[in-house]
Order: sequence, then structure tokens, then C-alpha cells
Amino acid sequence: MHVGIIFLLVIIGSVLFHIFTPWYWTDIASNWGGMDSTITLTFWVGGGVFVAVCLFMVYCVLRYEHKEDRRAEYKPEDKKLEKILTWATTFGVCALLAPGLIIWNQYVNVPKNALEVDVMAWQWGWQYRLPGADGKLGTTQVRNIADNNPFGINPDDPFGKDDVMIESDVINLENNRPVKILLRSVDVLHNWYVPQFRSKMDAVPGTVTFYWFEPNKVGEYEVLCAEYCGVGHYAMRGGVEVQDKADYEVWLGEQETFEQLSARYEKLNVDGNKLAKK
Amino acid sequence: MSDEYDNNKSYQAQSSEVLDGSAGSINPDIDYVRPAEIPEQDLYHAHSFIEKWVFCQDAKVIGVQYFLTAAFTGIIGLILSWLMRLQLGFPELAGFMTAEHYYQFVTMHGMIMVVYFLTALFLGGFGNYLIPLMVGARDMVFPYVNMLSFWMFFVAVMVLMASFFVPGGPTGAGWTLYPPQTILEGTPGSGTGILLMLISLSLFVIGFTMGGLNYMITILQARTRGMTLMRMPLTVWGIFTATVLAMLAFPALLVSAIMMTLDKVLQTSFFMPTILKAGEVLEYGGGSPILFQHLFWFFGHPEVYIVALPAFGIVSDLISVHARKNIFGYRMMVWAIVGIGGLSFFVWAHHMYVSGMNPWFGFFFATTTLIIAVPTAMKVYNWILTLWRGNIRINTVMLWCLGFIVTFVNGGITGIFLGNVSVDVPLSDTYFVIAHFHMVMGIAPLMVIMGAVYHWFPLVAGKMLNETLGKWHFWITFLGAYSIYFPMHYLGFIGVPRRYFEMYDSPYMTSAVGMNEFISIAAFIVGAAQFILVFNIIKTLKTGKKAEQNPWKANSLEWYTSTVPPEHGNFGDRLPVVHRWPYDFSVPGAKEDFIPQTTAPSEVAHTEVEKT
Repeated sequence: MHVGIIFLLVIIGSVLFHIFTPWYWTDIASNWGGMDSTITLTFWVGGGVFVAVCLFMVYCVLRYEHKEDRRAEYKPEDKKLEKILTWATTFGVCALLAPGLIIWNQYVNVPKNALEVDVMAWQWGWQYRLPGADGKLGTTQVRNIADNNPFGINPDDPFGKDDVMIESDVINLENNRPVKILLRSVDVLHNWYVPQFRSKMDAVPGTVTFYWFEPNKVGEYEVLCAEYCGVGHYAMRGGVEVQDKADYEVWLGEQETFEQLSARYEKLNVDGNKLAKK
Repeated sequence: MSDEYDNNKSYQAQSSEVLDGSAGSINPDIDYVRPAEIPEQDLYHAHSFIEKWVFCQDAKVIGVQYFLTAAFTGIIGLILSWLMRLQLGFPELAGFMTAEHYYQFVTMHGMIMVVYFLTALFLGGFGNYLIPLMVGARDMVFPYVNMLSFWMFFVAVMVLMASFFVPGGPTGAGWTLYPPQTILEGTPGSGTGILLMLISLSLFVIGFTMGGLNYMITILQARTRGMTLMRMPLTVWGIFTATVLAMLAFPALLVSAIMMTLDKVLQTSFFMPTILKAGEVLEYGGGSPILFQHLFWFFGHPEVYIVALPAFGIVSDLISVHARKNIFGYRMMVWAIVGIGGLSFFVWAHHMYVSGMNPWFGFFFATTTLIIAVPTAMKVYNWILTLWRGNIRINTVMLWCLGFIVTFVNGGITGIFLGNVSVDVPLSDTYFVIAHFHMVMGIAPLMVIMGAVYHWFPLVAGKMLNETLGKWHFWITFLGAYSIYFPMHYLGFIGVPRRYFEMYDSPYMTSAVGMNEFISIAAFIVGAAQFILVFNIIKTLKTGKKAEQNPWKANSLEWYTSTVPPEHGNFGDRLPVVHRWPYDFSVPGAKEDFIPQTTAPSEVAHTEVEKT
């Protein structure tokens, strides 16, 4: 008797925990509310199945506890019941899969007006690059990376000259403007993840990966590395500041382009040589 | 060929007579079972202590050896989990632990539990002990290779344990061993530690192949007379299908281990692209880190089912025996096991939705993953329908089975979250994933292992384990483990990432501190509770009640051996002859509420047996 009761309490406790939990998702700050809705839907359907199955189990335990003078039913198969259960499950699974695939379709199709942001990761830090006035990012190569070329931009690529370099682990984004995050890594796997934006993707050395989102709430957010990348993984944090258009443009105007950075280094070099000569 | 045809015919006649059920119309051929096609195998009997207990060729001893070795690794894995939980719950008490240590513990805990504990225990332990007994064979078909299989596993475990003592310590690359970080500085144990891990895995695969061939061929070729495939206990079906999966999946692990060893030792670039490290470009170029992930998960996902399918099979048998009712929908259960096994090779990239592989794969793998939910759900329905209208003994074994159903359904449903591609995006690499896979492939199979230990201990040792201790063991483990992993899902919703040595003070993560402390305390208690079983076993061996033959009144052949515990050769002078499936419980018209597989139809002519 008490066995069934304890299992019943476990089920009731689980449901109550879900209703009253103080731990739930961090407030969303991007366009991916659809992901949250699909999770909620899955919670209703899946949670319903969980509760139903467990309650039925508890019922059986309470109702059919062993008695010496009773016999169990003898019924090896019930084709009709099995068929009903199979189709009901298939239907439920399709109902969950469909919204999942619809949102994935949005996730892999980036809007045309999205701002491309090059996110470069290494052990253990981030830096960012934005396209300049031409709206295009220059191509890059790991071998080009040097003090005077921190992003490894191909020097011959005309699109690279006006790229905006942000040698900081914090980047500013414009509110309500879709962003296409282009991820690359120079050493191991990383993952640029902001819980409030819901979206993530691994940065893989040797290739460029992408995902997109549209921030829709002004504020500061913490960036976490979400793919294990060695002993400094837990400390590999960064930041995002989502701003209104006006503030964002002020910030953007203060950033250095690749051309300016090259010039600065050349001047440093010339000055350095002069010093050396003296 | 003509012989075979005739035999089939008489077999069908027999089953139609049984269906008829009316006494008086019994065909004289009713008890006919096809003659044996091959002579019995010669057994090599041990001549010395070493041959009997160390380099033993008896599958039952090998099974116990596998079980004890795997249990030893499990205890190591358990202690490592305590250390991790100490750091996560009470970092101020874990001052001795650096981030390097933490990541090494995480890695070794994962690898040990999945491969060296669960896989070895289910297939090496239960497989060796139960397969020959359950199919009515005297031993595995290749006893010598079987012995080598265990010792290869033993060496693999020793190599793995040795890595704790080499300079730099064991690898801390995460159990998935993703390159490039696995073999680069910046990851703990990227020198000798990772090499020993790769060698140990290779040895494990070699040893496992020897055992796996034995399990498969014994089941296919050495079944006793009358033991058709559709009369096999579901335990055997589960272990058989899992072994086939292992034979196909482990080669992927072996080749990836070899390729990574070459990348490490000879600077080849299978998995290594151009890499900039500490301002210098390394001597690698052109390799693909994602290739490794495909190979790893082509092994890794079937691996989940290599653990799960034997658990499914065993729990079906335990539920049926202790509910005194036939397993509901036996044929559906068999096809579900085989179907899940087949599908498990087409879902691997659901571990890689956010890995940077071509995102269009997501559509395919989400669909295949959710399809696999259908046969899995059918199995769950059939378990609870077996309980329905049963005559359920609420003993320790049944408690573990009920605990399995709750944890497995819980973990299965969170699997639907993670399998559903776009839902996976916010949840992947968070504590939601940790909670999911511990619930579904940690706790649920563990419940089955424990149930199986309490169920078969009287057969292995000839003594009954103490029920009171068993119930304490169950309730602490079940309630404790559930309160570890159920709330942990919610950490994932918050967005707390996995594999973090420290959380610092991110605003949305500080709310998790209290929960982390609670989870850690529960983990300490649950871990300690496992020693109740150790104590129970020692106490029972010394002073326990002697078990009668077939104490649970089960039908399958392992309970009908010539002696308890069974001796080498299992069945005395004559092998048993099988007349029916192992689930004839509570058959109307029968005197007892069970009819053993060896009972001929003419002995129970008045019963209304529906299925043979």
C-alpha cells in the first residue's frame, strides 16, 4: 500500500515543483520566443504523458498487489490496443516535431538585412569584427594573424581594409536589427552563447559557422563559452551591449578600422626604427 | 532441406493442438521437439585453482569476473562524482581542487561510467552469466576466447587506472574527447594521459569484440532443442541486439582512437586544422574536427542503446516474473528492441545540432530521432500493461523495476526536448543535458542492474539477499537520485552551462547556488547508500538464508539447472528441452501460477495456453 502512495507523492511533487519553481528560464531578449513556446508545448504533451504513465503505474501497484488467492489475467497480446497506442504516440510525436522543424527552418535561413559579425575565439577569449562602409567582411586566414593584423585579414582583400576591429571581449549591437554571427576559432572548439538570446553554435577551427538572432531588449548581457575548450573554459566570458540605433552609431564611430590599425602599427614601426637608429 | 520442412510442419500441428485447448483431442505428436542438429560441445574442465577462478573458461565465472571488475570501476566513478559535486556545491571546502583536477574528474567519471561500468556490466557481466543458461547451452561457444575477452578488458581497466598516476594525470578532455583540444596543451593530461586513454579504449574494443562474437554466435547457434528465437526471454533479445550494435559501432570508436593517436604521436592531421597556439602556427593543417565528432557519435549513440537494450530486456523479465503475468505484447517487444537497435544508427548527429555541421542535417536527424520515440514508448506501455491486472509482488526487485519506469519515462521525455533540433539549441551544453542523460542512461539502467542483482543473486550465490536492507537501498537511491536530477533540468532552463569549474557571480546563475548545495548533499547520500548493497552481499554470503531452487517461481531455463548455483556445464547429464515461451504465468487451468519452459504440453493438457 505505502509503496504506491510514495510513488504518487513523487509524481505530485514533480508537478508542484514545476508549477512553483523559482528556477526557470532567464528572460528572453531576442526573436527566438518560438523556441520557448515549443519547449512549453513539449512540456504540456511530454509532462502529460509522464504523469499519465506514472499514475497508471501507481494505480496498478495499488490495485493489483499480490494476493495468494488471486490470479493475474492471462492475455499475451491485444492487437487493437497496441495499434491505438502506436498511432496515438505517432500523432503526438509529429505534433511536437512539426513546430521544432518550422523554427529550425527559420534558424538556418538568415534574413538578408542581417548585420554580419565576425566572432573570433581562442583559448581563452573573444574579439569581434564588423564590416565597414562596403558592408562586406574581408577574408581571413589563421596564418596571417600578427600583432598588426589581429584578425588575420588577407592584406590583398579590398573588402578587408575598412573592416571595424573590436579588440575587446565586449561587443555592442543595435536593438531590433538581425545579426548574423560568423564564428571562427584559431585553436579549439568554442561556442558563443548568450542565454538571453537562446541561440548558439560551435566555433570550429578550420571553418566558419553561423547563426542569427535579433536582439530586442536594450541591456548588457554576459557571453559564455558553451563548448568545452580546455582548462580555462569556465572563465571564457565576454559581453554584449544592446543599444538603440543612436547610441550604437556613436559607439561604432569610435572604433578603429583595419586601415587605421595598420597605419598606427606602421607609424609605431617607423618610430621604433628611428629610436633604434638613435 | 526436406527434413526441415517436415519438422516445421509437425511443429505447427503441435501449436494448433495447444490452441485448441480441449482435452481428448491431443495429438500423440504434441510433445514433439526437433532433434538436435549438432552434437554437444566438449567442455574444458578446470584442473587447478588458477584455471577455475582466474583464467577460467566457464562463462558464469567470467560473468562474475566482469561484474566485479566493472563494479570496481563504478565505485571509482562514484568517488569522482562526489569530488565534482563537492566543487559544485561547496567550493569553499574543495580548496585542494584546481580546474585541471575538476576536468580530469569529469572526464574519467563519464568515460568510466559509460564504457567500463555500464557496457561491461550489462554485456560482460549479465551477458556471460545469463546467455548460456537462458538459451539452454552448456557454455559460450568459444570459451577460451571468452576468457581472453575478460582479461583484455581487465588490462584495459588497468591501463585506464594507470593514467591517474602518470605525469600530468589522466586526460581532462571531457568524455567525448573532442579534438583539437584533447591533444593540445591547455587541456589537462594532453600528454601521456590521453595516450593511455586511447590505448585503453582500443584494448576495450578488442576485448569486447571477442566477447561479443561469443554472445552473438551462442545465441544464434547454441540454443537448446525447442528454443526458437521467438521463445527466448527478452533479456536474451536485449543483450543480443545490443551486441550486434556494439559489433557495428565500436569499430568507429577504434578507428577514431587510432587516428587521434596518430595525430598526437606522428603529427598527422586527420582531425587537426591549421592551429595558432601561443602565437605560433602548429604543424597541423587541413583536418576536420567535425569528422571526429561524426565518428565518435556514430559509436556514441548506439552506445546509449548498447546500455539501454539489455536493461529493457532484463526489466521486462523481472516485471513479468514478479507481476506473475506474461509480458504484454511479446512480439511487439521483440520488434521494438530490434527496431530501436536499427534506428539507433541513423540518429547520431542529434548530438551535433550546434556543432557547426551543415545545419540542413538537422531536419533529417530530428525526424529520425523522434521516430525512435515511438517503439520506445511502446515498450513503456507494454511494461505498465504487464502490471495491469497482474498479481504484483511488491518486493525489492519490483521496487527497482517501478523506479526504472519512473526514471526512464522522465528521461525519455526530456529526450524529446533535446532531439527536437530547435528546442535543443537553447538547451544543449547546459545542465538540462546532464540531467537528461543521467536520468535516462545513468539512473534508469542502474535501477535495472540493482533489480537484476536482487533477482539473480539467489541463483549466483545460492542465498537470498536481505529484503529489509534491499528496500532501504532502493528508497534512498530512488528518492535521492530523483531529487538530484529532476531539479537539475531547471538549471538548464536558466542557462547554466555544463563543464564549468566555477560559476562566478553571473546574475542569473547565483540563484542556482542553493540548488547546487542541495544536489551535492543528495549525491553524497545516494553514493553512500550503494554501500548498503556491498554490506548486504557480504552479510548474506556469511549468514544469509539459503535459497531454494527457483525462489521466484520463474519459468526461464536458468532456474532449472541441475544444482544451485549451477556448476560448469549448467544442466547436468541432459540439456533441457523447451516447449514454450518463458512467460506462461497464471495460465487458466494450470495448477500453479507458472509453467516452466521445459514443461511439455501433455503435462498441462487441460490449460488454455494461447502462445507457445
